Amino acid sequence: MSSDTAILDDFTNRQYKYGFVSNVEAESAPPGLNEDIIRFISAKKNEPEWLLDWRLKAYKKWLEMEEPEWAFINYPPIDYQSTIYYSAPKKKAEKKSLEEVDPELLKTYEKLGIPLNEQKALAGVAVDAVFDSVSVVTTYKKQLEEHGIIFCSFSEAVQNHPELIKKYLGSVVPYTDNFFATLNSAVFTDGSFVYIPPGVRCPLELSTYFRINAQNTGQFERTLIVADKGSYVSYMEGCTAPMRDENQLHAAVVELVALEGAQIKYSTIQNWYPGDKEGKGGIYNFVTKRGICAEANAKISWTQVETGSAITWKYPSCILKGDNSVGEFYSVALTNNRQQADTGTKMIHIGKNTKSTIVSKGISAGEGQNAYRGMVKMMKSADGARNFSQCDSMLIGDKCGAHTFPYIEVMNPTGKVEHEASTSKIGEDQIFYCNQRGIPTEDAVSMLVHGFCKEIFKELPMEFAVEARQLLAVSLEGSVG
Amino acid sequence: MVNLGWSNMALLEIKNLHARVENKEILKGFSLTINEGEIHAIMGPNGSGKSTLANVLSGREGYEITEGSVTYMGKDLLEMDPEVRAQEGVFLAFQYPVELPGVVGSYFLRTALNAVREHRGLPALKLKEFDELLKQKAKLLQLDESLLKRSVNEGFSGGEKKRNEIFQMALLNPNLCLLDETDSGLDIDALQIVSQGVNTLKKEDPKKSFLVITHYQRLLNYIVPDHVHVMVNGKIVKSGGKELALELEKQGYSIFRENENRA
Repeated sequence: MSSDTAILDDFTNRQYKYGFVSNVEAESAPPGLNEDIIRFISAKKNEPEWLLDWRLKAYKKWLEMEEPEWAFINYPPIDYQSTIYYSAPKKKAEKKSLEEVDPELLKTYEKLGIPLNEQKALAGVAVDAVFDSVSVVTTYKKQLEEHGIIFCSFSEAVQNHPELIKKYLGSVVPYTDNFFATLNSAVFTDGSFVYIPPGVRCPLELSTYFRINAQNTGQFERTLIVADKGSYVSYMEGCTAPMRDENQLHAAVVELVALEGAQIKYSTIQNWYPGDKEGKGGIYNFVTKRGICAEANAKISWTQVETGSAITWKYPSCILKGDNSVGEFYSVALTNNRQQADTGTKMIHIGKNTKSTIVSKGISAGEGQNAYRGMVKMMKSADGARNFSQCDSMLIGDKCGAHTFPYIEVMNPTGKVEHEASTSKIGEDQIFYCNQRGIPTEDAVSMLVHGFCKEIFKELPMEFAVEARQLLAVSLEGSVG
Repeated sequence: MVNLGWSNMALLEIKNLHARVENKEILKGFSLTINEGEIHAIMGPNGSGKSTLANVLSGREGYEITEGSVTYMGKDLLEMDPEVRAQEGVFLAFQYPVELPGVVGSYFLRTALNAVREHRGLPALKLKEFDELLKQKAKLLQLDESLLKRSVNEGFSGGEKKRNEIFQMALLNPNLCLLDETDSGLDIDALQIVSQGVNTLKKEDPKKSFLVITHYQRLLNYIVPDHVHVMVNGKIVKSGGKELALELEKQGYSIFRENENRA
C-alpha cells in the first residue's frame, strides 16, 4: 500500500499559487470595531447620512447577537477587535481610467490571470476588481452604459445611484439577518453593484474579482444585483488571497433581486487561501448570499465551485415569491487537508407553481470535512410547488468526512419534494484500473472527480468552466491513495 | 509492437516467484517464460493462484513478493509502478472491469493512449487523429461506437464489459496481453466475439504475446494456445501443448491435487 500512500502525501503538499503578497501602499483604519471606525469608513466613502445610520443600526444589533454555533465546523474564537475593517491601496484617489491605477495593482491582477486592460481582456467579460476594501477598476463600463446597464463599485453606486441603493440595500438580506451579515452591514467597504434595465439582455458576462492583500484585514464586501422586468444577466465572482499564517475573515453579503420574468445567473469560483497542510492560516469564508424572485416568472440560478478557504460557511438561497418563479443551486465543494465546509442552500417557496432544483456535489479528501445543509420550505401559499434535490458526496481516502443535513418543511399538501442522496468513495480498484491503462494516479483521481462534477461544470459560463477544472485538479493534488 | 531497446531475450521471464497476501503465501515458486508471439494458457482450479499471478504482474497493491524475479523485455518488472508497466506494454484484461461513473469512454481512452504515447516518446494524438483511430479499431473489432460515448463500463452487460476490455487492448497496442478469466460470466456468443477480437489482434500483429488465464477449457477452443500450463497451489505442475487442455477437460484437476498437500 506504500506507493499510493506516498502519492497521497505528495498530493497534500500542493502549492497555493495565488499566495503572493503585493507591495502596495495601503491606508488602513486602526484595528478594532466601534462606532468611530464605522463613522470613519462612512466618511472615507463620503456616504449620505441615511447609510451611516443604517450601518450604526446594524452595529448596535450586532452587539446584541451571538456568533452562531450550529454549523458543522470548528474554529477558535475570532477576536473581532484585532481585525482591521478598512484598508485601501493609497494611490487610488479618484480613479477614472486604467492609467490612473497603481501599476503594482495591475501587475497583481495580471499575476492572477485577470487582465484589466480592456484590449487584453477576455472578449465578452466585464470585470470589477476589488482589492482589499475598494474597487480598483471596472472594465467595459462605456459599452455597458449604452445599454443602460449599471455595473460599478458599490461606493460609486452610493454616490451616483442613491435611489436604487436606498430601495434595494437590505431588501433581501436585512441588516438584522444573522451575525455575519449584520457585521457586514455595519462595516462593509465595497463590492459591486449591477442594475439591468427592463427587457435588456446583458451582452457581456459581468465579473468581480476579489483579492484580500493586507494583513489582519477582514474583507466585507457587499454585492447587489437588480434585474428589472424581463432582463437577463450572468455574473461571475472569483476570489484569492495571499498565504498568511493567521486566519483572515471574509464576511460578504450578496443580494439578488429578480423582477418579473428576469433571470440572474450567479457563478462563483471561490479559491481563497485554504491554509496549509496542518490547518494553519486560511480564510474564514462566512458569507450570506440570497436572491429573491420578487415577481412572477423570475429565475435565479446559483452555481458555485468552492475549493478554497479554511472554513466555508455559506448557503446561497432563493426566495421564490413570484408565481412560477424558479430557483436553482448547483454546487461543487471540495475540502482537502484540514479544510471544513458547511454549505448548501435554502429554497423558500412562497408563490404558486414555484420550482427549485438543488444539485450538490461534495468532495472530501485528506482530513477535510464537508457538510451539505439544505432547506426546502414550501409555504401555505405555494400551491403546486416542486423541488428536486440531489446531494452526492465523494470521499477520497479514509480520514475525511461527508455529512448531509437536509431540512424539509412543506405546509401545502400540493407540494412535491424529491430528495436523492449518494455517497461514493474513489476505490483503489478504480484507480488501479486507470493505472493499468497507463494513467498515473493523480490524473486518475482528477478524471474521476471531474466525472463526478460534470453536471455542475456544464452550468458554468465557458471561461469559468475551464478555470474550475484546473482549480479542482490543483486543489486535489496529492490527495489520494 | 514497440521495441524499447530490447532484443534476443524472452519477452517475459518469471523465475521462482513467491508472493503473499496478508501473510498467506499464494505463489510458491512460480516460473514461466514467454517469448515474443507466443500464446500461453494457464489453467487451474479455484484458489490455485491464477488471479494473484495476473495481479502481481500488473502491479496491483496488497501483494508482497518474498522471493523470485520477473523480467520483462530485459527490465525488472516488479520495480515498475503499475502505470509504467502499462506504458511499457503490459495489458491486463480484467476479470471484473470496474465502472468509472462520469468518465466518458472515449475521453478515458484518449487520456490512456496519450499517457502511453508520451512514455514511448510519441506526440499526443490530436482529437481528430484519435477519433479516426477509434473508428478504425471499433470497426476492426465490430464494437458498437455508442459504448464509447457512455461512462466507462457503467451499466454495461457482462459481454459489453469484456468486449470493451479487448477494445482497449487493441487501442493501446501492448506487447504482452494478460487475460484474467476473460470467459467468466460470458455466454457462448459473447465468448466467441471476445475470442474473435483477440484472434484479430493476433493476426494483425503476430508478435503480440498472450497469457490467457482460465478455469475452463472452452475458451481455448477459440483462442488456440501454443503452450498450456496447469497451475495448482501456487506453481506450475505440468506444461504441454494445446492437447493438455483437452486432457484436463476429461480428467479434471484432481489428478494433480493428489500430489499436493493442500491446507
